[in-house]
Amino acid sequence: MVSGERLSTAVTEGTEAPLLELRGVSKRFGAVQALAGVDLTLHRNEVVALVGDNGAGKSTLIKGVAGIHPFDEGEIWFEGERVQINGPADSAALGIEVVYQDLALADNLDAVQNMYLGREVKSSLGFLDEERMERAAGDTMRDLAVTTLGSVRQRVAALSGGQRQSVAVAKAVMWNSKVVILDEPTAALGVAQTRQVLDLVKRLGDQGLGVIVITHNLHDVFEVADRVAVLRLGQMVATFPADGTTQQEIVEAITAGELKEIPGMTTDKRAETA
Amino acid sequence: MTETGRQSAPEEDPTAAVAQQEQLPPDERTTIAEYARGWWQGVRAGDLGSLPIVVGLLLITVIFTYLNERFLSSINFVNLITQTSPLAIIAIGIVFVLVIAEVDLSVGYLSGVSAVLLARFLGEEQWPWFAAVLAVLAVGAFVGFVQGWLVAKIGLPSLIVTLGGLVGLNGLVLIFIGGRGTIVVQNDVIIDISNRYLPNVLSYVVVVVCAVLFAAYQLLRRQRRLKARLTPTPTVIIAIRVAALLAIGLAAVTFAARSRGIPVVGLLLLILLVVFTMVLQRTSFGRHVYAVGGNPEAARRAGINVDRVRIACFMISGTMASLGGIVLASRLRSVDTGAGGGQIELNAIAAAVIGGTSLFGGRGRISAALLGALVIMGVDNGMGLLGLSSGAKFVVTAVVLLAAVLVDSVARRGRTRSGMA
Repeated sequence: MVSGERLSTAVTEGTEAPLLELRGVSKRFGAVQALAGVDLTLHRNEVVALVGDNGAGKSTLIKGVAGIHPFDEGEIWFEGERVQINGPADSAALGIEVVYQDLALADNLDAVQNMYLGREVKSSLGFLDEERMERAAGDTMRDLAVTTLGSVRQRVAALSGGQRQSVAVAKAVMWNSKVVILDEPTAALGVAQTRQVLDLVKRLGDQGLGVIVITHNLHDVFEVADRVAVLRLGQMVATFPADGTTQQEIVEAITAGELKEIPGMTTDKRAETA
Repeated sequence: MTETGRQSAPEEDPTAAVAQQEQLPPDERTTIAEYARGWWQGVRAGDLGSLPIVVGLLLITVIFTYLNERFLSSINFVNLITQTSPLAIIAIGIVFVLVIAEVDLSVGYLSGVSAVLLARFLGEEQWPWFAAVLAVLAVGAFVGFVQGWLVAKIGLPSLIVTLGGLVGLNGLVLIFIGGRGTIVVQNDVIIDISNRYLPNVLSYVVVVVCAVLFAAYQLLRRQRRLKARLTPTPTVIIAIRVAALLAIGLAAVTFAARSRGIPVVGLLLLILLVVFTMVLQRTSFGRHVYAVGGNPEAARRAGINVDRVRIACFMISGTMASLGGIVLASRLRSVDTGAGGGQIELNAIAAAVIGGTSLFGGRGRISAALLGALVIMGVDNGMGLLGLSSGAKFVVTAVVLLAAVLVDSVARRGRTRSGMA
């Protein structure tokens, strides 16, 4: 039986308060305990990869942070203060943006229109201020060093998977967001496009945001992540620094990481590895 | 946008890469040559724009004039405007519903009910015309609201809801007509809409004013782009557009002036065209309509109230149906038990589709609906001049509609292949 190591977060980052901290969050759907006592910390300028097998609870954890399925128990701390996230508006107000797996882009609109969807900028007469939006969208893409998009006035339907992902990420980043969560950003992409998106993710981390990436792809993990958090059956079984671990170790944690409690069984106390 | 450069990432689909490399997007074209080339490449890739409609109208004009030279006469042109206007007005409303990927089959009999109510308010109740008109428009908006609410909040399919509306409103036409048989419309203001003609001088002035306003608007947008450090539309292109608008407008007015001139309803259509084009293209509401049509889930996650957008579109469709009914009553100067019949709703949908509105949502323009209505009524008018039977007219209209949808389908396949769908 392999036990994962839980490293103290104080060792990996400086003394600044974490950007986002989840303490003992749990979520139950009827008879299913989707999350049990999960701890997660995210700092500024940090990319955390959230990995785990299907059903481990990654999406549930993200949706809890995004406010779509608020947690039943536990605490959420943001920039050193306790916060309540009861709905999507709460997380958006804090500056937490999520890029879902399906991207949520309207194919019949162009990149600018998608990036400003629901938050359109209007001129003094009440009409859309197309010029300002186009300028800002172009600047955002430039700041993210997205060079492959060409024009922000192209219909999203005409873009490749990697370009669409870039638009979706730019859309998340434009709004003074502090935390960006990406759900399987490279799942449907080819090699070159995956490269584009991973570079983008790294740049987000460099620019001072905190990034959580859900992924199945361990290669991506070692490309972009500073830390790796492993979920198994709704519990956080291990956290590794990316350069202090191996693929083997992560896989072992995903498939056989030591659980605090076995679902469906009452357990006697297992020694917690500190 | 030359700073971002235009490298092409290796694409899985080489034809898409080629199409993207060769075609400059609209905001990067700076010369006439680039505009022309960009337009032609778009056409080859399937983005036909208004090309099918314009070609279609030309074909119709040529064919019908060949068969009966009275088709291309001033008096027929003026008649055509009056004949097309009720359908065009209803088609404008239908565009909103089609863009959100719904359908409204009730617009035909809603226009009938509106016409009957108008006739009764004016005749029996002796209301002043603006009260009658407002009341009738309110009825249209209300019917639209009810149908939209059933579709948006309860989740019923719009096909079924508006089909029920169609049948129910047909019944209401008969109920409201009652034993009267025919109700005559005698209110001068209402009759004037379709039967009064603008003095030619006024028509010319309107054309010139429109051209000037259009030019001012284009130049203003160009200024704003320059200020935002974006690539502006070249002044040459603006000049060409304004000149084209002026030429077409002056030609139309001159042609009509040889007969009775432009009817008042023509001015009404122009106003509706401008207003609703601005709403759809330049307001956040219009943007939300396109978004709900393209990806309702994305719209929802962006914070758009999808239900409210849907209900609003049905209300617009209902109100325009009522307005169309008012104009029709004006033209016929009476209403009877057949009010709202004649497949108006199908013609309105056909007009929008011929004009390029997609039945699957997300695409559609007001100007296209007007042109589509012109195609449908042009064919109808031409066949009328040839003395064709009703049966023949129906068949021909069906063929025209199928041809239009076929062209759009083939074009869409081309668009999908080059990634522009």
